[in-house]
Amino acid sequence: MSSAQFPILLVAVPLLSAFILNIAGWFNKKYCLPIVIVALVGSVYASFGTLFTVLEEGTIRYRLGAWLPPFGIEYVVDHLNGLVLCIVSSVGLITAIYSKRSVEQELPEKVPQFYTLYILLVTGLLGITVTGDAFNLYVLLEIAALTAYALLAVGEDRAVLSSFHYVIMGTIGACFYLLGVGFLYIKTGSLNMIDLHGLLPELFGSNVIVVGFAMIMIGVWVKMAFFPLHGWLPNAYTYAPSATSCLVAPLMTKVSVYVMIRIMFSVFSPEFTFEVLAFRHIIVWLAVAAIIAGSLLALVQTDFKKMLTYVVVAEVGYMAGGVWLANTAAITGAILHILNDALMTLCLFMTAGIIVYKTKGHQFEHLKGLYRTMPFTMTAFTVGVLSMMGVPPTCGFFSKWYLILGAIRAEHWVFMGALLFSSLVNAVLFFRIIEIAFFEPFTDHHAHGHDHQPEPIDEAPLSMVVPLWIVAAALVIVGMYTSGIVTKVIQFAIPEGIV
Amino acid sequence: METITSIKPLLAVLVSLSAVPILVTSNRIPNVREAWTFVAAVVKFLIVVSMLPTVLNGIEIVYTVAEVIPGLAIKFRVDALGMLFALVSSSLWIITSAYSIGYMRGLKEHSQTRYFCYFAVCLSATIGVAFSANLLTLYLFYEILSLATYPLVTHHQDPEARKSGRKYLLYIVGGSIGLALPAMLISYNLAGTLEFAKQGFLPGTASSSLLVVVLIMFIFGFAKAAIMPFHSWLPAAMVAPTPVSALLHAVAVVKVGVFSIVRVLTGVFGTDLLVSFDFGGIIITICCVTILLGSLIALSQDGLKRLLAFSTIAQLSYIVLGIGLLSPKGLTGGMLHIAMHAFGKITLFFCAGAIFVATGKKNISEMIGIGRRMPVTMGAFFIAALSITGVPPCGGFWSKWYLLLGSLEADQMAVVVVLLGSSFLNACYFMPIVYKAFFCKPEDALFENKVQEAPAFCVVPLVITAVISVVFLFFPEPFLKLATMTVSSIMG
Amino acid sequence: MEFIVAKYNYWIVIVLLMIGLYAMIAKNNLIKKLIGMCIFQTAVILFYVSTAAKSGGATIPIIAHGHGHEAAAHAVHAIDYVNPLPHVLMLTAIVVAVSTTGVALALIMRIYKRYGTVEEDEILEQIK
Repeated sequence: MSSAQFPILLVAVPLLSAFILNIAGWFNKKYCLPIVIVALVGSVYASFGTLFTVLEEGTIRYRLGAWLPPFGIEYVVDHLNGLVLCIVSSVGLITAIYSKRSVEQELPEKVPQFYTLYILLVTGLLGITVTGDAFNLYVLLEIAALTAYALLAVGEDRAVLSSFHYVIMGTIGACFYLLGVGFLYIKTGSLNMIDLHGLLPELFGSNVIVVGFAMIMIGVWVKMAFFPLHGWLPNAYTYAPSATSCLVAPLMTKVSVYVMIRIMFSVFSPEFTFEVLAFRHIIVWLAVAAIIAGSLLALVQTDFKKMLTYVVVAEVGYMAGGVWLANTAAITGAILHILNDALMTLCLFMTAGIIVYKTKGHQFEHLKGLYRTMPFTMTAFTVGVLSMMGVPPTCGFFSKWYLILGAIRAEHWVFMGALLFSSLVNAVLFFRIIEIAFFEPFTDHHAHGHDHQPEPIDEAPLSMVVPLWIVAAALVIVGMYTSGIVTKVIQFAIPEGIV
Repeated sequence: METITSIKPLLAVLVSLSAVPILVTSNRIPNVREAWTFVAAVVKFLIVVSMLPTVLNGIEIVYTVAEVIPGLAIKFRVDALGMLFALVSSSLWIITSAYSIGYMRGLKEHSQTRYFCYFAVCLSATIGVAFSANLLTLYLFYEILSLATYPLVTHHQDPEARKSGRKYLLYIVGGSIGLALPAMLISYNLAGTLEFAKQGFLPGTASSSLLVVVLIMFIFGFAKAAIMPFHSWLPAAMVAPTPVSALLHAVAVVKVGVFSIVRVLTGVFGTDLLVSFDFGGIIITICCVTILLGSLIALSQDGLKRLLAFSTIAQLSYIVLGIGLLSPKGLTGGMLHIAMHAFGKITLFFCAGAIFVATGKKNISEMIGIGRRMPVTMGAFFIAALSITGVPPCGGFWSKWYLLLGSLEADQMAVVVVLLGSSFLNACYFMPIVYKAFFCKPEDALFENKVQEAPAFCVVPLVITAVISVVFLFFPEPFLKLATMTVSSIMG
Repeated sequence: MEFIVAKYNYWIVIVLLMIGLYAMIAKNNLIKKLIGMCIFQTAVILFYVSTAAKSGGATIPIIAHGHGHEAAAHAVHAIDYVNPLPHVLMLTAIVVAVSTTGVALALIMRIYKRYGTVEEDEILEQIK
């Protein structure tokens, strides 16, 4: 199995295993999860292998079926999507291990179907990341979206309606994207991203191209839940099954951010996006609005998971604003934040899933006294909180570092203010949770005195807590290793021409 | 400045951190657990002391842990100023651990393991701040300290603790994320580096108006220094158990705050820059306001710990004031006060805690005649009060003396007035307590004439720190030498 | 006027898109929203297909001269044949649209079973 085939393997292995899984699940549903894990291990191996190949040799262009581009579809892996591929496959794998108990509890009779859709979703996301063809991206975007619609719908009571709303909005977004690509195709006759990059510069003055870009952007923003197109996200993610939230929340929006970056820089060039178009400042202001709105809306929630979803909306604002600030520090921060936010969101949603597993609910009142009864879970949760607040040495601090530095260099004080405001609001939000889990229910400790027996520890099963701890440890390790990531990977992901 | 590389700074930080798992596992056997705390404290102190001779010879010890951002690393540098602070903290941790044992057991407190563990983490962070070589490392350990003290402040886990915890976080974390972080990033953007330098790294990078904004952001962002108006968290944090209040709020947390400000003023801005832009006046004004207001409010307090809290607020500003004077003696006085105030204040808090353990009393009005029952405790209180007021025969005299000389050197007569005035106010709020404790009419006394001190574990530490305060008058070394070394390396 | 008549396909697409959007946003009945979604997707498909057409008598892209060795000898004039690529792309897009419609219908069936209605305001009433 030569490493040259890794780009296709990391998509093909999960895809084929989906079929195998579905058939095997028919016989005995215990076969499902092992197949998922084996497939995803293969994917992780292939994606890291691809990343390391890219680090050594530069961009990989893999032609499917050896058809030459621009007629054939090719997979292009460079530093940016190499990083994202590793993130997607790793998160998929960890969540799969985590999901065992949760799925058994929430969806006992639908295990094979769940895992089939799960692995197809991961396939879709990997495909979006690795493809170098604009139309192929649409197809994979829809594969991911369709599987996500179904996975989200099998949750609690309200999940079905929320998923339906997501269907409507997601389809609008995808169709806008498709329209935009159509506009580009009309003018250039090509769908291959690299080819488009070469053909578009002569056409920068054309209205068709500008409209095409706008359409693609709107489509991607819907998928990314960029304020004000975020309406589908809170309900969809809150009522979904725990394992789905853990998979979808860290990944879907981040992969869409990746798509936005790809379109902005690799298809159109930075010169077009930032100079020919005049509206980059407006987007940064929208990002400020996203951050502030997301933070404020999170403050008024009494449902733990819903609060987290609004925090996700704010985090998307970080990344969008960072990219559109158009300087090296800000874009570094945005790309770093794709990695960091995926990990942080995963940590927090995993905690939510564990809390749902043990207490059967995700309102604030289900969080009482958890520091006593579930110390291991809450310790890992605290690390996630520190990362959200931006406390060193967790990774959240470092992406904030670059984003704020970028805001200072661009002299966009409002964006810097929004970032600081959001950090402080996150501190308030999460310390409210910590307070409920730490202080309540109030017992008089002095009355009991020395004989007071502590409440017994009633932790979640190991298969849920160990992945959570791995993610929490990763938050610190990735944070400490930021320098390596930036100099080896992200530095090369930023296109030339950015100051 | 010669430097050598040694892993000792990292070890000093990690000692207490590595003790945490041991403390957790010896949860069931309190004596073993306490023994390990002692061992960790002593080892930490020894490591710090082992670096003292090198530093006194003018050699700095550096160690780079990891480069986390291209061009910026988590790095330690042990210089005279850092050594001064680290010595104070590590020595006092040993004493406080002893005191904690007496206090926590005397009151049969819950969750003692958690308490000792987070105490250990706090000390790690404090030493980390002391030995920071650049602003990023300092910020990192500053934040860790803020968060590690939260479970200690809210130890009692009742609604009052929760409220105070909120206030604590609001000021401390709000200040550090909202003000200090952007200030740090702006400085980084201006200078391209965050390494502390002898005359700072900001000279020549920006205009006076931008720099004064950054200066204000730093001073108020490091809210642990309790400079008014960001001081209210300190009286609120007095809900914590007294050993927590003692070490953290009289010595570690607040001293980290002022230490950070001193580092920023000397290592980021540099005294020359402050002189050339005339920032000294701003610093002095802010500090004088805090000193006077703090002392005045202390006069009106009935709760002993609250009174001590406001006294601390005023005393901390002495330290920053010393730097603001921008004269050699002033700087020396300010830095020396870090040490002198630490020993004095911790004695006072120990006494407050001992009184609470022995009698359950928290308010001064309930402590009339207590000297009959607890003469040793109140004797130590008296000595420590003298030290804080700045009167011989206690070490506090030296730091006040240098501050006075420094303000004369800098031609700041107003500061001289403020210093003398606040010393007078200090006497005004301390002496009545002592007087009423010892000399009162027998019928007014609330206590019998029977000596019934707090447990030995409580009384012995406070006697030790009181004695040290006296010893400092005669032997202010090595703190005086470390302070003068720092000043001469800064100002030449 | 000339402008509208010449580009009539784009105008039809725009009208269909607007109808679809209106239905998705303004209608209360979930089935009607779904129909709006289908109209929206169909509009995009028509857009692509219409851009494949060429004026001047272009015909379907099946080469008249058969297959094999002879076919290679004759040059193919692209102007004679409608552009096949958008059609092919739209085959895929139709598949996607059909799948999406299927998923949406399954969801509506679930909703109907659970709430007994497909009117959105009634469902939201029940949820509260």
